[in-house]
Amino acid sequence: MRNERTTEEVALGIRRRVFEHSMRNNGGYLSQACSAGEQLAWLYNEELKLGAPTLPMIPKPFEGVPSPSNPDYHTGAGYNGPATPEFDRLFIAPAHYALVAYATLIEVDRMAPEGLEMFNKDGSSVEMIGAEHSPGMEVHNGTLGIGLSTGAGLAYGRKRRGEAGRTWVFMSDGEVQEGQTWEAVQAATHHGIDNLYAIMDVNDQQCDGAMSSVMEVGDIKTKFQNFGAACIEIDGHDLTAMRDAVKEKHDGKPLIILARTNPFHTMSILEERFPRLHYVRFKSEDERARMNVSIAADLGVEPVDYSH
Amino acid sequence: MVEMVSRPYAKAFESFAAGNPDILCLSADLTSSCEVDGFRDRHPDQFISLGMAEQNMMSFAGGLGLAGYRPFIHTFGVFMYRRPYDQLMASIAYPRRKVRLMGFLPGITTPGGMTHQSIEDISVMRSIPNMTILETGDATEVESICEAADSIDGPVWCRVLRGSVPRLFDTPIKVGEMRELSSGDDILVVTSGICTEEAMRARSALAKAGLSIRHLHLHTIKPFDSKALLDHIGSVKHGVITLENHVTEGGIGSLVAETMADAGVGKRLIRLGLKDTYAHGGSRPYLMRYYGLDALALVRGIEDLTGQQFGITENDLDSARVEDVHSLVKAEAL
Repeated sequence: MRNERTTEEVALGIRRRVFEHSMRNNGGYLSQACSAGEQLAWLYNEELKLGAPTLPMIPKPFEGVPSPSNPDYHTGAGYNGPATPEFDRLFIAPAHYALVAYATLIEVDRMAPEGLEMFNKDGSSVEMIGAEHSPGMEVHNGTLGIGLSTGAGLAYGRKRRGEAGRTWVFMSDGEVQEGQTWEAVQAATHHGIDNLYAIMDVNDQQCDGAMSSVMEVGDIKTKFQNFGAACIEIDGHDLTAMRDAVKEKHDGKPLIILARTNPFHTMSILEERFPRLHYVRFKSEDERARMNVSIAADLGVEPVDYSH
Repeated sequence: MVEMVSRPYAKAFESFAAGNPDILCLSADLTSSCEVDGFRDRHPDQFISLGMAEQNMMSFAGGLGLAGYRPFIHTFGVFMYRRPYDQLMASIAYPRRKVRLMGFLPGITTPGGMTHQSIEDISVMRSIPNMTILETGDATEVESICEAADSIDGPVWCRVLRGSVPRLFDTPIKVGEMRELSSGDDILVVTSGICTEEAMRARSALAKAGLSIRHLHLHTIKPFDSKALLDHIGSVKHGVITLENHVTEGGIGSLVAETMADAGVGKRLIRLGLKDTYAHGGSRPYLMRYYGLDALALVRGIEDLTGQQFGITENDLDSARVEDVHSLVKAEAL
């Protein structure tokens, strides 16, 4: 399924939605929209081979967790289409990017805009930290570092079955501080899992602030290569670079694309909040108003009327 | 004399799994220690070596489950839930993946000490939603554990015995049931795993002392048939005594206590097992004596329960198996 819109338009649409949502709700994961907008737009609008959604455009409310007494349970993966052999799969490893991921689903016509109105509301499946029943999610990834391992297991299993579809994991750079990430790369390399793809939002930010101040991780491209992965580093706001990166040959190895990004790309006023960008909650009505005007201008929209 | 069966798991797993394309054998560098080295050599296409990296292994297994496989994970029990507990929870238990967790060296069955002895695993697993718990107590149960585990629509925790294992039973595990090994009406003894053999050793001495013992062996710990247990409790005059190769908090002693409390049963209960303590390294008979998990400890517990002294000594108990720490049937002394 291909969208009629350009990927640039989708990325802009994602940022406008996350901006509007954050203004109305006095805060949100704004910086993640800045850094990851192109990556998620590119995945959904161009790169991923996905079937038509199998779940309703307006998400159903929370219908219970998996249990033997909940036989109708299903994940939110149906927003990415059916899990049939020919199609790609995508995990959003940093589940706190959910707001950005939901905005992406809306921009590529996989979820209705009403879905975002349900974000973080009691009884809703559109959860703040994407759960596996949330739109577009297939596994729980709220605990950082487990996404790539799960992707490796799924990709290995699909390769064994001769399925053509790839398994993609959208990752965040903070995850390289977790030992499990490296366990996953060495296992994927050892077992030649080359139908496993990751694109990592390298925005150098984490919850406490700049990664260099929290835990320096060094040259992660070289580290990934030393662990046996094919790894290529690009400007994460350059779609042409992204399109070229995925063509990198990686026989017998997983491919990891490091998308170097700017955490206030297209929302320059957010730099005022550096280095605490993980979750932007406005500190005052004045800040909220200034950011509203500034970001609206950056994104080419009217300021949000959040007074009611 | 009890029949001893050499490496029952090795044979059982191979005959169950070989040729089934949906079953994969996962190992974390303890392949021969978990008796699947022969399987690895003869069925390399179904074997996945995941190295000493259990966190990845658990999530990887979850991914395999998502792809429709039923992975059997082989390693020492402790290594499957202590370090990778988060992965066990998020990647396996929550999504109800059909992952079969074959935990070797339950409790004090290893001289490996604290780092190798899974003494609180049942407590942990009982509190995980969606988890099923099975425990083997003899060779026949080890021989039937794969089939029993693979019948579960979700994740399964199995306490598996390895090496030289006594044959006590002649019927396979029937998931959800319990074994009634004797049907007396004075005292109910509830045991699981290796402690069942201990209770059987005490049987004749207790009978000579005039006690009528009702003995239940549990191989299915979760889900649990409370009604069946309550019927048995109702059939004995005195109280209940449990004996387990596990801490008494959260294991079968707690399970019986909760069942009794929920039903308002007013009988006495004595729970034997590791009493809020770690164990240390040593032979199994030594550790069972030292920590009070053996036949003699059960006799003393029954004396406490009945308020009588039977004068039973070690000499009155059926002979203990003498097992070498270093044995050809084990890959290493662990």
